[in-house]
Amino acid sequence: MIEVRSLCKSFDNKEVLRGIDATFEDGKTNLIIGQSGSGKTVFMKCIVGLFEPTSGELLYDNRNFLIMDKKEKIGLRREMGMIFQSAALFDSMTVLENVMFPLNMFSNDTFIEREARAKFCLDRVNLSEAYSKYPGEISGGMQKRVAIARAISLNPKYLFCDEPNSGLDPKTSLVIDELIQDITHEYCMTTIVNTHDMNSVMGIGEKIIFLCEGLKEWEGNSAKVMSAESKKLNDFIFASDLFKKVKEVEQEEIRVRDALL
Amino acid sequence: MFKGIQTFGKYLMLLGRVFSRPERLRVYFRQLIHEIESLGVNSSGIVILISLFIGAVITIQIKLNIQSPWMPPWVVGYTTREIMLLEFSSSIMCLILSGKVGSNIASEIGTMRVTQQIDALEIMGINSACYLILPKMVALMLFMPILVTFSIFFGIIGAYCTCWFVGIMTASDLETGLLHDFNAYFILSSYVKSIFFAFIISTVSAYYGYNVEGGSLDVGKASTNSVVSCSVLILFSDLILTKLLN
Repeated sequence: MIEVRSLCKSFDNKEVLRGIDATFEDGKTNLIIGQSGSGKTVFMKCIVGLFEPTSGELLYDNRNFLIMDKKEKIGLRREMGMIFQSAALFDSMTVLENVMFPLNMFSNDTFIEREARAKFCLDRVNLSEAYSKYPGEISGGMQKRVAIARAISLNPKYLFCDEPNSGLDPKTSLVIDELIQDITHEYCMTTIVNTHDMNSVMGIGEKIIFLCEGLKEWEGNSAKVMSAESKKLNDFIFASDLFKKVKEVEQEEIRVRDALL
Repeated sequence: MFKGIQTFGKYLMLLGRVFSRPERLRVYFRQLIHEIESLGVNSSGIVILISLFIGAVITIQIKLNIQSPWMPPWVVGYTTREIMLLEFSSSIMCLILSGKVGSNIASEIGTMRVTQQIDALEIMGINSACYLILPKMVALMLFMPILVTFSIFFGIIGAYCTCWFVGIMTASDLETGLLHDFNAYFILSSYVKSIFFAFIISTVSAYYGYNVEGGSLDVGKASTNSVVSCSVLILFSDLILTKLLN
């Protein structure tokens, strides 16, 4: 479980995060949603330690990340896996080498064992045909799946996904979302997904935090998100015509049901 | 002035991270071999080509412009050797390599920065500065004396070519000059200078690449800045090293 308490972050006196409190639970896909510029990426970068928060507390299973020394932080980071918006695969390595990289760095297994583990992870994301290909030779969706395989190769306790669906078509996005959720349940990881894709919100949002202008505006899950009373959240969700229509149909159904009763 | 001090401070802090204990020596050693091939072996061609032509041009220039009946015939060979040994093969060659190798390092690390590959390394708990920069630095410092040797050797071959193919003087006159009053310390001093320059090229260009912020345009700017800074630093340190080593 990851707990965030009163987290603030400023850049040159400009407050980007303004005292966020949140709890991300084990075995669930926790979503951070919000418009572009709402502070989602900064929030996630603070959680993983790429940015130093200005103030606040960050607890990984009751271990305060912000007061840890360098060695403890490195140790904790080995329990993390991250999928970046751009996949961030190493261009000079093949798909298999990319997945083997964390194992080469931190595992004491033999080469055969490391290779077997990497192949297992790639098979888990249905990429057994791409072992020897380079990142530049595979599609965006496949790159994301390699990034997932690399992130889970060391059996992390915490998985972070920064806009995993950006640049992907809806069908591939669905595959990636399902994969993230399946892996989260399978390994009982604490998964945090940063997204503004409403399909992901409805599909895998077991816990959702909505950020707006650096503040936590709403918290709930996919079942509650459509009926939330927060104006800012509604503005965000129903900016899409599709979801506007869904809302209208739902309201129409309720009206008909009420009339019949 | 303040910005310069700030940049130097950041550079020293980066070096502090570079000179930390590698996580897994086996992986670093493999990376070192790769960098020796990429930065060193792949630069051999350009070093050989430039040295061959410069050696030949120096010989022709000296023969045509300096040689006079008052000077002994070995002066051309002697002067060519001294220029190649003392300045060209160490300093000027490193200046040229700062363009090729320096921009390569800055753009490679800069691209890794903007595509979040460095962030990915950090998240894995890897010291990205050490993993990316240390093998490049060691590789270039190990291979630079070999490139200097190539440069000296092929510069002299270039000088011989002017005798064999252009016929401006006899090969034996050139040979007498090349062997005249030879001081082996000059080779050692060239190696020392080149190792120092290799350190400048690898770390300064890595600094520019590592601190890129933005996109591809900024990677290009970092690459240009690294070449300019490396060139200025090489010329400046050449002045100091020449005074110290002689």
